[in-house]
Amino acid sequence: MAVINGERVSIVPQSIAAYLKSAGYNEKRVAVEKNLRIIPRGKWTDEMIGEDDSIEILNFVGGG
Amino acid sequence: MSEKSEQLYEENQVYYVDSDTLPPQALARKHRLEQDPSSRTDHMAYMPGMEIIDSDVKDKVVAAMNDFDYSVYTARDVERALSHERCSIEDFKALLSPAAAPFLERMARRAELETRNHFGNTVYIFTPIYIANYCQNYCIYCGFNCYNNIRRKRLSFEEIEHEMKVIAATGMEEILMLTGESRTYSDIAYIGEAVKIARRYFRNIGIEIYPCNTDEYRYLHECGVDYVTVFQETYNSDKYETLHLLGHKRVWPYRFDAQERALRAGMRGAGFSALLGLDDFRKDAFASALHVWYLNRKYPHAELSLSCPRLRPIINNDRINPRDVGEKELCQVLCAYRIFLPYVGITVSSRESKSFRDGIAKICATKVSAGVSTGIGDHEEKYGGDESGDAGDEQFEISDSRSIGAMYADMERGGLQPVLNDYIYV
Amino acid sequence: MEDKLILGGHEFTSRFILGSGKYNLKLIQAAVEQGGAEIITLALRRANTRESENILDFIPKGVTLLPNTSGARNADEAVRIARLSREMGCGDFVKVEIMHDAKYLLPDNYETVKATEVLAKEGFIVLPYMYPDLNVARDLQNAGAAAVMPLAAPIGSNQGLATKAFIQILIDEIDLPIIVDAGIGKPSQACEAMEMGAAAIMANTAIATAGDVPAMAAAFRKAIEAGRSAYLTGMGRVLARGGSASDPLTGFLR
Repeated sequence: MAVINGERVSIVPQSIAAYLKSAGYNEKRVAVEKNLRIIPRGKWTDEMIGEDDSIEILNFVGGG
Repeated sequence: MSEKSEQLYEENQVYYVDSDTLPPQALARKHRLEQDPSSRTDHMAYMPGMEIIDSDVKDKVVAAMNDFDYSVYTARDVERALSHERCSIEDFKALLSPAAAPFLERMARRAELETRNHFGNTVYIFTPIYIANYCQNYCIYCGFNCYNNIRRKRLSFEEIEHEMKVIAATGMEEILMLTGESRTYSDIAYIGEAVKIARRYFRNIGIEIYPCNTDEYRYLHECGVDYVTVFQETYNSDKYETLHLLGHKRVWPYRFDAQERALRAGMRGAGFSALLGLDDFRKDAFASALHVWYLNRKYPHAELSLSCPRLRPIINNDRINPRDVGEKELCQVLCAYRIFLPYVGITVSSRESKSFRDGIAKICATKVSAGVSTGIGDHEEKYGGDESGDAGDEQFEISDSRSIGAMYADMERGGLQPVLNDYIYV
Repeated sequence: MEDKLILGGHEFTSRFILGSGKYNLKLIQAAVEQGGAEIITLALRRANTRESENILDFIPKGVTLLPNTSGARNADEAVRIARLSREMGCGDFVKVEIMHDAKYLLPDNYETVKATEVLAKEGFIVLPYMYPDLNVARDLQNAGAAAVMPLAAPIGSNQGLATKAFIQILIDEIDLPIIVDAGIGKPSQACEAMEMGAAAIMANTAIATAGDVPAMAAAFRKAIEAGRSAYLTGMGRVLARGGSASDPLTGFLR
């Protein structure tokens, strides 16, 4: 099981780019962290997500 | 000589005195230094062995001083400065300007308020001890200068101990140890040993010696020194060059950074001043205070203090005088210092008269000396009337010769609380 | 000479930093315009796949983004959030905000210094939010902060300048812009801080909770400008001070 944004999900191994697209994220507006390591946008097609990975997908919201 | 150097030579004439005992060669060299600027070394160049630290304080102070035109300030600016709750640099300039002269009483009242807010009604009493008057510099206004014919002396450690016993017996707990500026006759090891002796008799030790490198200050701090005073004499390096003709003291920038080196070496505090009257006293006062202001921002833990020496007559030259710095001008400078730097100690030495020191202690001074001799090894003579006669001569004539007991009583009578020490040595 | 606010080498004309929390995204553009703000704060949160609207699409072009590290409870978390924020490609600014006090939401000064040091070394333009303590402000300056953001009162409290005396000390002693943040509830309070010499004001709740968000942003702009002008021109008589001694103090002078 992978943990994505705090939720345990079962996924087949795939690239970050593929996952963002299939899950419906706004790719232009997010940053991605895999196992506490930032994955730069340019590496999303190469970097794979699989079982045991912990993923954070973040974006900006209103704040003070 | 060029026209300018001729003019400066004329201006400095009052200081030049020839001794009959100087050998002809020395006399010729002295005259050449006085008359021919090209015979003098570059006063902005460090000499071998002088440490250079990375600091921008010097440039900031000099730039601000050069920019300070006190003639543009008006009564309105002074009024405004006095109405402000906190004194800005601009306000301070107005308070130093001639336009502030009619506001002296109001400045004094404001200064008194700041002093009482920060220091209560306490006034500290200390005494200086000169342990050697050998000097390798030719500073034309100073009694210790190497061409001046005076009795030279360097106290032995036994003599130092004896002097200190005499002073400590009066109840004094804070001492300022001074030497002439000679690395040969008063080397760091000698001063360090003297400080170790002082530690046995006093709780609080300051030094006023030649500027040192950081490692030397660190050593002296380990010996027991916590305060370092170095007077810049004048912040105008061009004028400085015409007054300090020979020796390591001639190097203006090395002297400027002395306090910063001392603080980096772990000293608890540092003292500053220009010798008012050597050059434009308003600009020198401004630069002195700004020097303190910048170092306070950089080293906020440091205890910083200002003095306010004016020129005094010396042995073999009684024509030397404070020029345009009268008591009123001095009072104005000190009030401006207090209003601009409420947290800074202000020391008023025995160069000033009893009446002046009594009056200024009520307004802004926080430290006065007592039982003062600027000679070498003559405390017993001064305190006990025992004139055995081999004492070294004095640096300058003092004006207020009150003993510690008399000073203590006078301060109390003035409504102040004299303090000999409130210090913890760590 | 034009009066500019300079942060990490970037120049700004406006001295109003606008928060974007707690109000409708659709009002942001009007608030920015009415408030004349050139800097707007943001927060980083887990993205939601259902959300179609993104705040970045509502912020006018040319406005500098100032992501905060809200949610961080220690320096490590703040550094992590700051790095992720920079990954969004919106510049190097970051407002360090570290709280591990859920009741009062007061900033943790110690952790804030640590995070500031790390982030400044990584090239961030760091604006740390802090409790106004002079020693900490000096530490922040030494750590490489581009400004210091002391709180005026507990965050969101609209209490105004509860820490006035301490903010004044920072203004007097610190060689960095002092941006008053948190607790400013009314334009008059923003004006007062600017009169004291604050470099800028950051406000969010006061605007977010107003009846008319853009109108309140405009009110803040005017108040901040008025306070700045008063500060620059030099205030007149502030307080009648001085003792009432009857004898002159300077009578001894010859």
